[in-house]
Formats: sequence, structure tokens, C-alpha cells
Amino acid sequence: MNQPISSPYSDKDLAVMDSIVKRYPRTRSAIMPLLHYLQSIEGYVTETGIETIAQILSLESAEVNAVATFYTQYKRKPVGQYHVGICTNTLCAVMGGDAIYQSVLEHLGIENDGVTDDGKVSVEHIECNAACDYAPVVMANWEFYDNQNVESAKDLVDSMRQGNPPPPTRGPDRLVTWKEASAVLAGINDGLAHQGVQAGDPTLLGLKIAKNSKGGE
Amino acid sequence: MNTLTPVLSAFWDQKDSFTMEGYKRNGGYLALAKALAMDPDKIIEEVKESGLRGRGGAGFPTGMKWGFIPQGDQKDHYLVVNADESEPGTCKDTPLLMANPHVLIEGVIIASYAIRANHAFIYIRGEVTHVVRRVQQAIEDAYSAGLLGKNILGKGFDLELVLHVGAGAYICGEETALLDSLEGFRGQPRLRPPFPAIAGLYARPTVVNNVESIASVPSIIANGAQWFASMGTEKSKGFTLYSLSGHITNPGQFEAPLGITLRELIDMAGGVRAGHKLKFWTPGGSSTPMFTDAHLDVPLDYEGVAAAGSMLGTKALQIFDETTCVVRAVLRWTEFYKHESCGKCTPCREGTWWLVQALKNLENGQGAPEDLEKLLDICDNIMGRSFCALADGAASPIISSLQYFRDEYLEHLKNGGCPFDPAASTIFATAGLR
Ligand SMILES: Cc1cc2nc3c(=O)[nH]c(=O)nc-3n(C[C@H](O)[C@H](O)[C@H](O)COP(=O)(O)O)c2cc1C
Ligand code: SF4
Ligand code: FES
Repeated sequence: MNQPISSPYSDKDLAVMDSIVKRYPRTRSAIMPLLHYLQSIEGYVTETGIETIAQILSLESAEVNAVATFYTQYKRKPVGQYHVGICTNTLCAVMGGDAIYQSVLEHLGIENDGVTDDGKVSVEHIECNAACDYAPVVMANWEFYDNQNVESAKDLVDSMRQGNPPPPTRGPDRLVTWKEASAVLAGINDGLAHQGVQAGDPTLLGLKIAKNSKGGE
Repeated sequence: MNTLTPVLSAFWDQKDSFTMEGYKRNGGYLALAKALAMDPDKIIEEVKESGLRGRGGAGFPTGMKWGFIPQGDQKDHYLVVNADESEPGTCKDTPLLMANPHVLIEGVIIASYAIRANHAFIYIRGEVTHVVRRVQQAIEDAYSAGLLGKNILGKGFDLELVLHVGAGAYICGEETALLDSLEGFRGQPRLRPPFPAIAGLYARPTVVNNVESIASVPSIIANGAQWFASMGTEKSKGFTLYSLSGHITNPGQFEAPLGITLRELIDMAGGVRAGHKLKFWTPGGSSTPMFTDAHLDVPLDYEGVAAAGSMLGTKALQIFDETTCVVRAVLRWTEFYKHESCGKCTPCREGTWWLVQALKNLENGQGAPEDLEKLLDICDNIMGRSFCALADGAASPIISSLQYFRDEYLEHLKNGGCPFDPAASTIFATAGLR
């Protein structure tokens, strides 16, 4: 950063952004983590944010904007404190994801990408989230809620609205907020890596069978 | 007979398997010490001899890929690990990284040393917060332990490792789109040649490898190429992670020698969902042509699956029983490809749009039998005429389902809509029976 950046972000935030840029051999590579970081401050990608990144990286705002609009995880309007993704790719859909998605939207009275009036919960249908052996899969702030059904998913969003969601199935001891999760995705360590299970049962299935059959030989 | 060979997964059942302490207790980072005492070329030789092939889908020999990096060229070299795992059905790298990120880091250091890279990246998909935490923490712990950074283990080798988090775009799993994304652009595939080995990240020689490929390297160095090559089949060596999902009694991960069959795997998984029978399945994710119950004994190695008309892909075995409508399944995958098409080339961008329209009509029982030929025509037009393999992947489920289930498409037309009850396919339908 040669010139001082004119932006409404705090000096601390600007210092973090500077450290993100320094991770890379070439500065432009920092666009994606910087966008994640913006979402950790404001919850979504604002015009001001785009302009700030452009200044930091000496790019045109249009160039940063072109990148931001390419990726679905960068939001252009606020999402809920808890952003829920319901997998409706084929496998989860067939196993119950479609039913879960429909009933959760109905239950909350919102549409896809909608946010509840209290700003607590937003919902989108998502593609395969690399957890098919835990289908049907629901994500919240990109943490795993495995093996869901219609009732459990409705309970989950209700608990979010009451401000006491249960911890993820494979994740930390508490569900972090959307902004907190965005900081993690920007590469900021929140110190929660040691929490939660190392693996769920399906992950361990083959290992268990291998050990049992060894013991039996 | 014990047909499973847990190597990568061997310690996943230990509560602290993801920590430095847990990994070291189980022999972690011993291969690194051995590797750093070896000539880098000897490591490439060893990986070549092991027969390890890329686990990201294409099955390209890993050692050969490393050997393509020009040496003595005075240029920076890069290693980029592909942890984008987004191919529908694929769910192996994510649990691996959650349970043991250090085995990947050890592999990264060894691979970087072998190809003379001093900078490596792990490109991970952005929708897995806790996995990002685990990998980030593991990288920091490796730095603290002197396993990354300057003069690793006092052997004079320097390596910086950066975790780069994606933001929701399947196409960024394609290696050249991934590189563009990592450079800070929209993730769109590049024209090849030049291949990444010559002009990859920042136009420098670059190796892109899948998580599982790199994670397999420490065990090869520790136990030797012959040990690895003693498992598997003639041209598909070693062990690998098979992921079973869908309508089976116990879905999950199975680490087995290449060449195991779905029949054997389903057997270990407790059979197809009780009271139901296998209808169709994917051998390696949605982009690989589907199989039926006629393929239960196909050896699941690169050659065996190819000979039967599909691809081993990511070994993502998605199982669907007879309650599942194949048209619904294929339409959903096609919607995925349409959504994920990066738009760079017209046949893929427009073709996937048309495929969705045509399939929607068919699902609703509208149209005529000739429309099936139209579907195949569109597939013909996008396959091989597009920039990257996403388009071929989009055509695969359609062509293969028409090959095996043409009557079911026609049934939709006769019936004026879908003859299946989606509720019968859900796990809730049988939850009480479990
Ligand atoms: C559309 C598309 C998506 C892909 N997604 C992934 C992915 O998520 N992970 C991966 O390792 N390879 C993926 N690949 C394959 C990569 O292009 C590349 O072949 C692979 O990362 C090379 O690593 P390997 O040789 O170790 O398999 C994808 C390919 C295509 C065409
Ligand atoms: S085939 Fe599709 S995804 Fe691949 S480059 Fe062309 S438009 Fe993009
Ligand atoms: S299809 Fe839902 S996680 Fe894979």
C-alpha cells in the first residue's frame, strides 16, 4: 500500500487486509480472501468494499466487481445471521433434500435467497457439498448439519430465530455467525479448529469394518 | 476376506487425528525426514514407480506429471493442491481434510521438494468452514514446528504454504480455471497448450494435484513404491477412497485396493436399502456415465470402468434404488451443469440451457418420442466442441440414461408426467425400518 486508502473501514481492518495481500507472491491473488473478509465486516459485498479492494490492489472497481459477481458465495445483499444452504443436488434431493427445502421455505414464509423479517435466517438451495454419505445435508454458515429430515430442519431454523441453534454435526461447539464464518474463509484463524469431532460415523465405516474383520481372522 | 486397506483412513478413529500430536504419534512427518534426505529426482522416480495416478478424476500418472516440470530453468515453480471437491457425489477429500489435514501438508512438502517449488497453495472450496479451520490450523502448527517456512528440518529447503479459499464455483475445480481463480480472476478454463507444467500459476511451471493424490505420497515414500504397487490391479495401482452414498444401508467411506467391485462394497455397506433393489449408480460422480445392476462386477479401476463404458472419476458411488426416477435425477444434474457452466463457450452455455428445457418438458410428459433424439443431438453438439470437460460431464448422464432407461423417458410421455412418487425415495420413507 503506497498511498493511504480512503475508506470507512477501521485501521485494524485495513491492517488485516494488508496482511491478506502479503500472503501472495502477486497482490491480485488476494481478491477472493479480501471479498470474504469484507463479508465478515459488513455481511455482504458493498460498493464501498469493492472500491476499497480496488484501491488496495490498484485495480479498477469494475475488475473487482467482475470477480465478485462470478462466485455465488459473495452476496450482494444482506443474508441472515444464519445463512442456511439446503442441498438439492440429485443425491440429497432424492434422499429428502427437495422435501426439506420446500418445507423450510414454507415454514419460514420466504423464497429462495430470502431472509426472515427478524434478519436471523436466510435460505438458499445449494449444490453438492461433498457430504453425500451424510445425505440429506443442510449447511448453516457453511457448517455441516448432517442427516437431516423435514422436522429436524424446521427445528433447526426455529432455534436460529430464537438465538440458540445447536452446534453443527461436524463443526465447532457452537454455530458461529455468518460474519464470523466469513472471517474464517478469509483465512483468519478463530481458534476453534480443535473443537468438534474428527469424523462422523460414515467417514469411519470402512475403517471399522476393516478392523473388525481383522480381529475376526 | 479382508478387502479393505485403510492407509489414509487408518487413524481417523482417533479423536485427535487432525492434530500435529495425533499425526506424529502415528508416524506422521517421518516420510518427510526421509524424503528431504533423498535426491528430488529420486522422489519423482519413486512416485512414478509406485504407479500412483491422479485421484481428482482423470487418473493421470502423478510421477509423470511431476517429471514434466522443467528443471534448472531458473524460474519459480508452484505446487497447487486441488481441494475444490465439488463434483456431485464426491465426498472423500473433505472428510480426509477434516480428520487428517497433516497428511496432506506432509505430502505437499515432499511434492514441492521433488519438483523444486518454494511456494505451494491449497485451493479449497469455500463452503466447508470447519475444514478450512482444520487446514488453516494445521498449516500454522506446521510452521511452528519448523516443517514449513525457511530451512525445513534444517535441510536447507524453504517452502511457503498458503490456504486459498474458493467462493462457490464448480468450474474452479478444473485445473486451469482454478489457476485463474487463484490469480484473482473469474474462474474460467484456459486454452491448452501451454499446459500448467510449462505455464501454470503466474505463467510459471506448476503442478496441480488432487488432495488424495498428494496425501498418498507420504505413505509411498515411507513404505516404498513396491509396497504401493503391490496393491490394486495391473495399471491401476494402490489403494483409494471409495465413497458410497444414497440408497444403501450404511453409506460411507471405504479405502480399498483399486479394482474392488460395487458388489463387494455394497455387501460391506449392509446391502441396498432394505426391501429395495439397485437401479442405477455413478462410478465416479455425476460426470461419469451411469451404470446399472448389470455392472455390479465391473472392477472399479481406471481400465475396468472405461471398458464398461464409463470412467472411474472420483470413485463417488451414488446408489439409487428402483423408487428413483431417472429422468428426475438426470434433470437435476443437468440443471447443475447449466448453473455451473462458466459461459466461456457457446455450445456449453447454450447447450446446457436447451438440455434443461428439453428434460423439463419430458419430465412433465410433454413432447414426443423424437425429442429423445433431439436431446442426443444437443449432447453431440456440446461434447468435444467445448473448451473443457464440464460439457462432456453434462452430456454423460443424459446419454447413459437414454442408453439404459429409454423406456422410462417414454413412460413419462405416455403417462403425461412422472410416474414416480418422490416421497418413496426419501430416507424418511424408511426411517422407521432402519
Ligand atoms: C469441471 C471440472 C471440475 C473438476 N473438479 C475437480 C475437483 O473438484 N477436484 C479435483 O481434484 N479435480 C477436479 N477436476 C480435475 C482437475 O482438472 C485436474 O485434473 C486434477 O485436479 C488433477 O489432479 P490429479 O492428477 O491429482 O487428479 C475437475 C475437472 C473438471 C473438468
Ligand atoms: S465447456 Fe462450459 S464450463 Fe468449460 S469453458 Fe466452456 S462454457 Fe466454461
Ligand atoms: S448431493 Fe448433497 S452433499 Fe452431495
